[in-house]
Amino acid sequence: MSSRRDFMGMALGGFAALGGIAALYAAKKTWDPLPSVKAGGFTTIDLSVAKENELVIEKWRGKPIFILKKSASMPKDNREIVIGGNRYLVAIGLCTHLGCIPAYLPNDLMFKCACHGGEFDSNGKQTFGPPPRPLDIPPFKINGTSLVLGETGPEYEKMLANKLTQSV
Amino acid sequence: MAHFDEKAKPFSNQWMNDRLAVDTVKKVLSTEYWIPKNINFLWAMGMILAATFGLLIVSGIFLVMYYQPDTKTAFDSVNYTIMTEVGYGWLWRHIHGVAASVVFLIIYIHMFTGIYYGSYKKGREMIWLTGMLLFVLFSAEAFSGYMLPWGQMSYWAGMVITNLFGGFTKDFLGGIGNIQALVEWIRGDYVPGQAFLSRFFMLHVFLLPLVIMGVIVLHFAALRIPHVNNQDGEEVDFEKSARLYKEGNKKESEVIPFNPVFLSKDIFVMGIYFVLFFYLVFYHFEFAMDPVNFDPADGLKTPAHIYPEWYFLWSYEILRPFPFNVGLVAFGFAQVAFFLLPFLDRSPNVAPANRRGLFGIWFWLMLIDMIVLTIMGKLPPEGVWNVIGFVAALTFIILFILLPFITKTEKKA
Repeated sequence: MSSRRDFMGMALGGFAALGGIAALYAAKKTWDPLPSVKAGGFTTIDLSVAKENELVIEKWRGKPIFILKKSASMPKDNREIVIGGNRYLVAIGLCTHLGCIPAYLPNDLMFKCACHGGEFDSNGKQTFGPPPRPLDIPPFKINGTSLVLGETGPEYEKMLANKLTQSV
Repeated sequence: MAHFDEKAKPFSNQWMNDRLAVDTVKKVLSTEYWIPKNINFLWAMGMILAATFGLLIVSGIFLVMYYQPDTKTAFDSVNYTIMTEVGYGWLWRHIHGVAASVVFLIIYIHMFTGIYYGSYKKGREMIWLTGMLLFVLFSAEAFSGYMLPWGQMSYWAGMVITNLFGGFTKDFLGGIGNIQALVEWIRGDYVPGQAFLSRFFMLHVFLLPLVIMGVIVLHFAALRIPHVNNQDGEEVDFEKSARLYKEGNKKESEVIPFNPVFLSKDIFVMGIYFVLFFYLVFYHFEFAMDPVNFDPADGLKTPAHIYPEWYFLWSYEILRPFPFNVGLVAFGFAQVAFFLLPFLDRSPNVAPANRRGLFGIWFWLMLIDMIVLTIMGKLPPEGVWNVIGFVAALTFIILFILLPFITKTEKKA
């Protein structure tokens, strides 16, 4: 008799668990970013309008994108994007510590984050404080004098392969 | 089948007793729920918390009628509609804001009273654990509520706190601790946006309050068997004392009934509390309203200094002075450390901290350290503040590591 009850208990428990797991899966998917949010993830920016040592801030996926045209005296770096002989820093303008937006100090040629005191040089490399890595470079594809952010071009793939930035 | 008195008039005492056992319920829950006499005003904090939670619910009900969880209209629905158009809308908002801040002050007093008198040991572990769970739930409730006005501090606090769920950096242990996808999953977007605001609205007004109410019931239930502690940590014979009290020997009895005797004292303390509370609501509500949050959210502009509300500053300061991965571990430790208290305290004594030798020093050091961390968390991360913050964060961790050793040496009283 007890084995019959056991069977019924297990059958009930099994189906209930199955339903529970299905509901959890649905709940997880409900919290996922919507397709319309994911599809809005491409932005084209024109680099030719940037002026030397003057920070331009664009927006990509709701995040600020730093564009800094480097002057000839500023140090070279393997993370810069070169278009028509001009060198640019293009990076996501969120501190790699906890995501605040660092301010650019053009006289000191560096970025400073007010939240936890992190500092980055004009190449976006961390020089002080808690940031664990340089400012991330968004996936980009060079298209004439423009950049398409969100698409992956060979220059970006090379940077990824050389571990100069990480995928975002 | 139970016996029903046929002659009882509908809704008379007898009629209700037959159907709902009202007299028994009243006895069990109030008139014969025994509280020791040997307590002081600090024992009133529980009921003050319950009353403040009640005020938060009532004021919240009125706010939610006009609040709009939409990134375009949320800011104006609070700062324009509720504050200037809705009759007495300002009153509900200021009650809600002040209560949300003050409730944490009372929670900390309640907590440190428990630590001082050893009310987390010897059968009272579940009271402590459910209480700590309530602290975490109240923190989540406060955080989700802070998002709703969709000002600059809402947005950037949302950004910083959800980023913490990304875990360790990619270069740490081959990236296994990096879960950036979780951050985007929590937000429902790459950055805090509409999906984020509406889900935190749901959490704030429905799911979290529901869970909090459930855990409050559990917290009270956990109190039932071990009873309330007293000023000397003395083991009261509740059965004997209850008998004495019911026989009329109230003087010899060590206990009083919850209702009406203990409650009347509670209500006196509550009276004083509410005078101060409403003084703040009417004359000093601004302490609970960060001026930066009166600028609408802007994803392209970080405020000069981002800091949480005062009640989160101590744990924020444990995160801040370390390198990222270390900071995350320290922060995680700070969140669970207080949960472990009943198990880290190896002393058999339930007594006030000042009678427990080294533990007394530990208690006051911990309290001072928490205050120092709170102050440092508010100051900008520069120069000497960095150093003091670092030392205070380290002290917090060391104090918890030392606790089992110093309590083990304590002699049985």
